Amino acid sequence: MKKLLLGNEALAQAAIDAGISGVYAYPGTPSTEITEYIQKSKTAKTLNIHSQWSVNEKTAMEAALGMSYAGKRVLTVMKHVGLNVAADVFMNMAVSGINGGLVVVVADDPSMHSSQNEQDSRNYGRFAMIPILEPSNQQETYNITRYAFHLSEQMGLPVMVRMVTRLSHSRAGIETSKGELQNNIHLPKNPHQFQLIPMHARNRYQHLVDIQSDTRESSENSYFNTFIDGPNTSMGIIASGIAYNYLMENFDDGDCPFPILKISQYPLPKKQVKKLFDTCKKILVLEDGSPFIEELVADYFSENKKVIGRLTGHLNRVGELNPDNISEALGFEVKHFTEMPKIVTGRPPELCVGCAHRDLFEAVNQLSKENSNQQVFGDIGCYALGVLPPYESINTLIDMGASITMAKGASDAGIHPSVAIIGDSTFTHSGMTGLLEAVIENSPITVIISDNSAIAMTGAQDSSASGRLIDICKGLGVDENHLKLINPLHKNLDKNIDLIRNEINHKGVSVVIAQRPCVQLPKEKKDKLKNLKKVSLN
Amino acid sequence: MKTNIILAGVGGQGILTIAAVLDTAALASNLNIKQSEVHGMSQRGGAVQSHVRISDKEIHSDLIPQGKADMIISVEPMELLRYLPFLKKDGLLVTDINPFVNITNYPELEALYNEIKTHPNSLLIDAKTIAKSLGNSKATNIVLLGAAAAQLPLSDESLQEAIKTLFERKGEKIVRKNLEAYNKGKEIALEIVS
Repeated sequence: MKKLLLGNEALAQAAIDAGISGVYAYPGTPSTEITEYIQKSKTAKTLNIHSQWSVNEKTAMEAALGMSYAGKRVLTVMKHVGLNVAADVFMNMAVSGINGGLVVVVADDPSMHSSQNEQDSRNYGRFAMIPILEPSNQQETYNITRYAFHLSEQMGLPVMVRMVTRLSHSRAGIETSKGELQNNIHLPKNPHQFQLIPMHARNRYQHLVDIQSDTRESSENSYFNTFIDGPNTSMGIIASGIAYNYLMENFDDGDCPFPILKISQYPLPKKQVKKLFDTCKKILVLEDGSPFIEELVADYFSENKKVIGRLTGHLNRVGELNPDNISEALGFEVKHFTEMPKIVTGRPPELCVGCAHRDLFEAVNQLSKENSNQQVFGDIGCYALGVLPPYESINTLIDMGASITMAKGASDAGIHPSVAIIGDSTFTHSGMTGLLEAVIENSPITVIISDNSAIAMTGAQDSSASGRLIDICKGLGVDENHLKLINPLHKNLDKNIDLIRNEINHKGVSVVIAQRPCVQLPKEKKDKLKNLKKVSLN
Repeated sequence: MKTNIILAGVGGQGILTIAAVLDTAALASNLNIKQSEVHGMSQRGGAVQSHVRISDKEIHSDLIPQGKADMIISVEPMELLRYLPFLKKDGLLVTDINPFVNITNYPELEALYNEIKTHPNSLLIDAKTIAKSLGNSKATNIVLLGAAAAQLPLSDESLQEAIKTLFERKGEKIVRKNLEAYNKGKEIALEIVS
């Protein structure tokens, strides 16, 4: 029988079946379930596949490259903005190339369901000059991931699989196929391949440029790029990834009269695009995310009116695609029979009842009331909900770790009090280096680490910070007299306000760890936390 | 045959359990299925929905187009109305009458009921009370599933089997409670319709 799997789970199963020896990842919606599936898989456990969470996306991708260096197949997984964190190794491993098959999965989030932007990772793939695969449905996600490892080893390059939220988080019945064995350890044949000093890097970069014709040819002949003939050549359609499904939804039994070029492998297959251009009067480009293909195939001044899509206003420039906006782009009428009644009000997400962040925000708000100059720099996590009513405690929210460094910059500019609020896992992900910088200059900022001992927003995964925060802060040089631990409970409110106020008044770096486990943590995990190393404060 | 179902509620109310029963029953009946769900931040007390599509033919889109949903099953009355633009003409509405109030501007309950009653094909059910009376308030979602069962493209047997499969891990008592909830939902719907 078919297995009922999320797109993310189909990808994970394919990676296990492809013989990976490890997955390296940091949680982030919509990518999280890929790694979780491997962590829970009995097969993966039997095969001793590494699956523990990494501290951030950069460490994850570097570890993956190390495993590939050893000759093994490996998967590394992140959300789109996570690739920004890993961009350094990502760009450079395209130059070095890989040894064992290395697949980078990036889950994009068009419409920003759980993200700060909707950057399209295909731009990164093209930037690095590596092959990109973009599945259109769950079964193809399985098949294309199996293929990705072969393509990676064949080209000697990392290969990107680009997912989008709707594919990641939708289930379908999946047929799997026979698994492959893991690679044995074998070191790179060329001893200079991974030594990117300029003299070797130049050779490797030239090699990367030279094999672009191979990656293009692979796309031209790919099973996943298909040209589907149609009788009505007044328009041809390029549909990439999930857009292909939304397109076909508009025709009964998938009977589309227009010629279609379905794209699931990049670089773009030039010959097929040319064929579509030569035979059709107009070209409609359907792609989820940015107008990536459209920009490549339309001319610079848009004087050639042949190509239509997101850039020409035939589709929304921002936000995800769906069957309805594609229907309109095709010139069909989208019918609905009932409006949403006016009495229906919005219901935004909120912090859980009993959440420790709530008690922390109450304290911070009281201090903001006392001193209207106070600016609070926020970070990525559940506590980002502190932007919204009823708390409205946070002034900024930009990227992982920015709370501490922005607080420092603002403080350098003369703002006081300058307060950073950062979660425990975000702190170990990207906050530690910023704190070191503040310590070096003894900047008058107050860093509150809201430690719920979990990566809460993505489903309460284990945090790298658990049991280590105090040691880390001491190690970075935080003055022990200004390193404080509080328990954010309502009954402690006044005491906590007094303590934070004192630290704000201190003319140097203070760190306040507000520690209470996430209410979503299962009991076993809470018990485990109790047994972690207890570090006392002087 | 293609059936489009929207499941609606607030994060944590158990709409994915309804989805899992539908998925399991459809797969066991050799039907194609696509079922989208919401993960991430919106799950924290926000409005959530799941699109479930069941067909004997290939299903393309994971999302249901506007005006094409055969039914909306909601575990909360206001959340039911949020997805009305997706409902086909005279499609079925099934909802629990009990509100989940976690916002300050929640509308008047009577106004919500009146709005729902203007639809010719709607089932307003006190599912929570029914589930409680059966000794398992967590089974509210399964009562609603039972109420919609007669109009699903899945056999009664396959749905009961799916409930058994899904709750097996939690023990025989939980299986029995959920089957009772399902059957009670079926009964109530029959009473309302007749």
